[in-house]
Amino acid sequence: MINFWEVNETNKMVEQENLDVRTITIGISLLDCMDSDLQRLNDKIYDKITTVAKDLVKVGQEIEHDYCIPIVNKRISVTPIAMVGSAACKCPEDYVTIAQTLDRAAKTVGVNFIGGYSALVSKGMTTADEYMIRSIPQALACTEFVCSSVNVGSTKTGINMDAVRLMGEVIKETAERTKDSDSLGCAKLVVFCNAPDDNPFMAGAFHGVTEADAIINVGVSGPGVVKTALEAVRGESFEVLCETIKKTAFKVTRVGQLVAQEASKRLGIPFGIIDLSLAPTPAIGDSVAGILEEIGLEYAGAPGTTAALALLNDQVKKGGIMASSYVGGLSGAFIPVSEDQGMIDAVQANALTLEKLEAMTCVCSVGLDMIAIPGDTKATTISGIIADEMAIGMINQKTTAVRLIPVIGKGVGETVEFGGLLGYAPIMPVNQYSCDAFIGRKGRIPAPVHSFKN
Amino acid sequence: MEKNRQKTIITVVGKDTVGIIARICTYLADNGINVLDISQTIVQDYFNMMMIADFTESKKPFAQCQNDLTELGKEIGVDVKCQREEIFEKMHRI
Repeated sequence: MINFWEVNETNKMVEQENLDVRTITIGISLLDCMDSDLQRLNDKIYDKITTVAKDLVKVGQEIEHDYCIPIVNKRISVTPIAMVGSAACKCPEDYVTIAQTLDRAAKTVGVNFIGGYSALVSKGMTTADEYMIRSIPQALACTEFVCSSVNVGSTKTGINMDAVRLMGEVIKETAERTKDSDSLGCAKLVVFCNAPDDNPFMAGAFHGVTEADAIINVGVSGPGVVKTALEAVRGESFEVLCETIKKTAFKVTRVGQLVAQEASKRLGIPFGIIDLSLAPTPAIGDSVAGILEEIGLEYAGAPGTTAALALLNDQVKKGGIMASSYVGGLSGAFIPVSEDQGMIDAVQANALTLEKLEAMTCVCSVGLDMIAIPGDTKATTISGIIADEMAIGMINQKTTAVRLIPVIGKGVGETVEFGGLLGYAPIMPVNQYSCDAFIGRKGRIPAPVHSFKN
Repeated sequence: MEKNRQKTIITVVGKDTVGIIARICTYLADNGINVLDISQTIVQDYFNMMMIADFTESKKPFAQCQNDLTELGKEIGVDVKCQREEIFEKMHRI
C-alpha cells in the first residue's frame, strides 16, 4: 500500500517543484472535411472540431481535480491545412478563412491553442502548399489561437531550399504584420526538419496523415522536479547523476501516462503517445538551464554544456521509455530561450550565443526555439539559420526546428516581452555576414547517403 | 472486487488542534466512505496525516466530497487534500 513518504514526495513535486502535465492535445483528422467549396469546407471543419473536442476542457479539469495535478494546456492539432484546403483554396486569402475558422473553433471549445496550420513540403511544394505558406503572415496576424508549422526537410528527402528561402521571407513578414505586439506572430510559427506526426507541443503540433481519426497525445513536463532531485546528489559520480535523472523522468512520465489513459477513457478517444519532453516555463525553478547548472555549469552555454545536455536528454528518454509503452512526439529536453529563466540569464550574462544554441540542438529535441533576434535581420540570413538547423536534423536523423522572432523596431541589448508561458527574451546578435548567394540558389539539397537504407 | 474499489488518499496538513481526525472521520462515516488506513505524525506542532479511504459506497459524487473536505479543513484550520490513489500507485510502483 502507498505510504506516507510517497504521498508527500508526489505532492511536493506538484506544490513546490512545478510538476505538471503540460498539455493534453487532441489530434483531429480533417481529411473527411475536404471539399471544393470553401464555405462548405469551413463549415465542416468548424463542426468536426467543435464536436470531437467539445468535452476536452471539461474532462481536463475533472482529471486535474481528481488527482490534484495541474494540466496547464488543453489543445487541438489538426491535419495539415495545406492539404485540407487544397481543393478549395485558389489564393492565399482563401487559406486565411480556414485559419479564422480554426480560431473560432478553438475559442468555442475553450482550448489554449490549435495547431496544424501547416504544410509538409520537405521535397517539393504544390501550388496549394505555396498559397498556404504565403498566407501564414496574414493568418497569424488575424487569429489568436492558431499555430503554424512548415516541414521543409527530412532525412529521407533532403532539404527543400525553395521552401527554406520562402520561410525566411514569411517569418519576416509575420514579424512585420504583428509588430504592434512585438512580432508575437513569429512565436506561433515553427520551421521543421523531420517533423513528427504526433507532437502534442505547440507551436509545432499537427495531426499527421498517418494518424487515426482522433487521438489523445499528452506532453509531460517537470524540469523543476529533475533539478530538485539533482540537488541531493551534488558532487556524486556520473552514474549516480544518470540514475537520479532516469528515476525522476520515470515518475514524471508515469503521471503523464495516467492522465493520458484517463483522458482517453473519459473522452472515448484512443490514446496515442506520451511526449517525454522536459518543457521549461518562465516560472522560477522550472528551467532546463537550471538543470544544466545543477549538473555543474556556471551558466548554460559554458564549455561542457553540449555534453551535459546530451546526458540529460538521453537519461530522460531512458527513464521515460520504461514508464510508457507509447512514447512519441519530440521527447527530449526543450531549450527555448524566452520560456526559460535560466536561459535568459545565460544570454544576459553573455554565456550563451546563437552558435552555442545551435550546437546544443545537435543533442536534444527541437532546435533554435523562441529566440529573439534584431528586427532588421535580413530574410536570407533567417533562411541561412534555418538551413543550418535543418541540415543538423537531416544528417542526424532527428527532429530539428527553428522558431525565431525578428522583433521589428528592436535591436541587440533590448528585451521583448511575450507574456504568459512564452516569457520574455533579450534580443540576441546574429552573424552579420551574408549568405545571399547560397540561399539564392534554386532547388533542394539531396537526401544524405545514410537515407538509402532500402 | 479489489479493482472496482475507488481508493482515495486524503492528506491533512496544518497546525495541530483537538479533534482533527474525529471531524474528518465523522464526515467520511456520514457519507458512507470507509477508512482503510491512517498514518499520522506531528512535527514541531504541525499535524501531518495521510488516510486511505474507499469511496466506492460514497453517498456523494467525488468532486463534492473534495469540496466538502476542503471546506471542513478551512473550518478546522488545516489543508485537506483529496486525490485518487492511482497517481501515487503509478508514480511509485512498477
